[in-house]
Amino acid sequence: MATTIDSPRAPYSVPRKRGVNWEKWGWIYMRASGVVLIVLIFGHLFVNLVMGDGVKGIDFAFVAGKWASPFWQVWDLLMLWLAFIHGGNGMRTIVNDYATRPLTRKILLGAILVSVVAEIILGTWVIFGFDPCPAGSPADVLPSFCPVV
Amino acid sequence: MPENSAGTMTPRRPAGTLYRGREGMWSWVLHRITGVAIFFFLLVHVLDTSMVAVAPEAYNAVIGTYKNPIMGLGELALVGAIAFHAFNGIRIILIDLWSKGAKYQRVMFYVVIGLWVVLMLGFAPRQIMVILSEVSG
Ligand code: HEM
Ligand code: HEM
Repeated sequence: MATTIDSPRAPYSVPRKRGVNWEKWGWIYMRASGVVLIVLIFGHLFVNLVMGDGVKGIDFAFVAGKWASPFWQVWDLLMLWLAFIHGGNGMRTIVNDYATRPLTRKILLGAILVSVVAEIILGTWVIFGFDPCPAGSPADVLPSFCPVV
Repeated sequence: MPENSAGTMTPRRPAGTLYRGREGMWSWVLHRITGVAIFFFLLVHVLDTSMVAVAPEAYNAVIGTYKNPIMGLGELALVGAIAFHAFNGIRIILIDLWSKGAKYQRVMFYVVIGLWVVLMLGFAPRQIMVILSEVSG
């Protein structure tokens, strides 16, 4: 069969796929979330690692005290979601770069998706669902606002 | 006269590439490594924080394992990784969105390193004091 080869300068346009361009939104998301994360993470590190006694000052009462305020609840919630989606999407890029066997790639991408979803659910539930004053705990490990029993 | 590199017949060392060799490449390598490291840290970090939902004593036991000099140095390394990833992240964004970004990518790399050094000079002494007070109790 005779095939004709196009002249090198023949106009050619890549057929565009229809629908939402997810890669483009992913690209935008990496940059937008990055800018917000700088504020959230640097603030988080400053309050927990530099102010007060540093890590030495962190215990259950410290965390319960922070999460008694909606401000820090929302702060941590945003940080949790933005960082995991950013990090998960970044890990996806890296797996796509290095995992050449289709099965390996599928397994790794699946593992990333599962761990990101699980950690976001767990972290969200912990922020809003944990009990700052569990019954039966000695008062010296609880935040000072817990009722004395 | 064609001015673009494709039209130049003599092969020359590409000077203006963004990702091949030198600062452009090493910043990318570091960005990747720090991104992965932070991701794995975060996986563990949310698990250990979730101990607050188990029992106050469980959380205090887990966070207690952070309060020693080895973890103290680990925190220093973590802050170093975050600081590089964050500053270089801004550099990447500027390369993409600022009209002169690609032209100044190399200069911006050294700005990133400079900012990183300043931040670490501020943080490291503080962290070393915390570490020392952990040793002396
Ligand atoms: C501190 C604020 C942060 C900023 C400004 C930032 C910025 C960026 C930018 C601009 C990219 C490049 C995206 C692209 O090339 O399309 C990126 C990639 C990435 N980031 Fe971040 N990021 C931040 C925090 C984080 C955190 C907290 C994690 C982990 C949970 C993370 C993990 C990653 C990973 C794994 C990549 C992919 C690297 C690659 O493809 O080589 N980043 N980041
Ligand atoms: C060594 C440095 C760090 C220390 C000592 C630390 C400490 C803590 C503490 C005490 C909490 C409990 C709530 C609070 O205080 O707000 C927490 C929660 C959290 N941290 Fe960090 N953190 C560190 C680094 C980071 C980094 C680098 C990230 C982001 C990449 C991060 C992301 C988070 C998130 C998302 C939560 C909420 C967890 C949840 O929803 O259960 N932390 N951290």
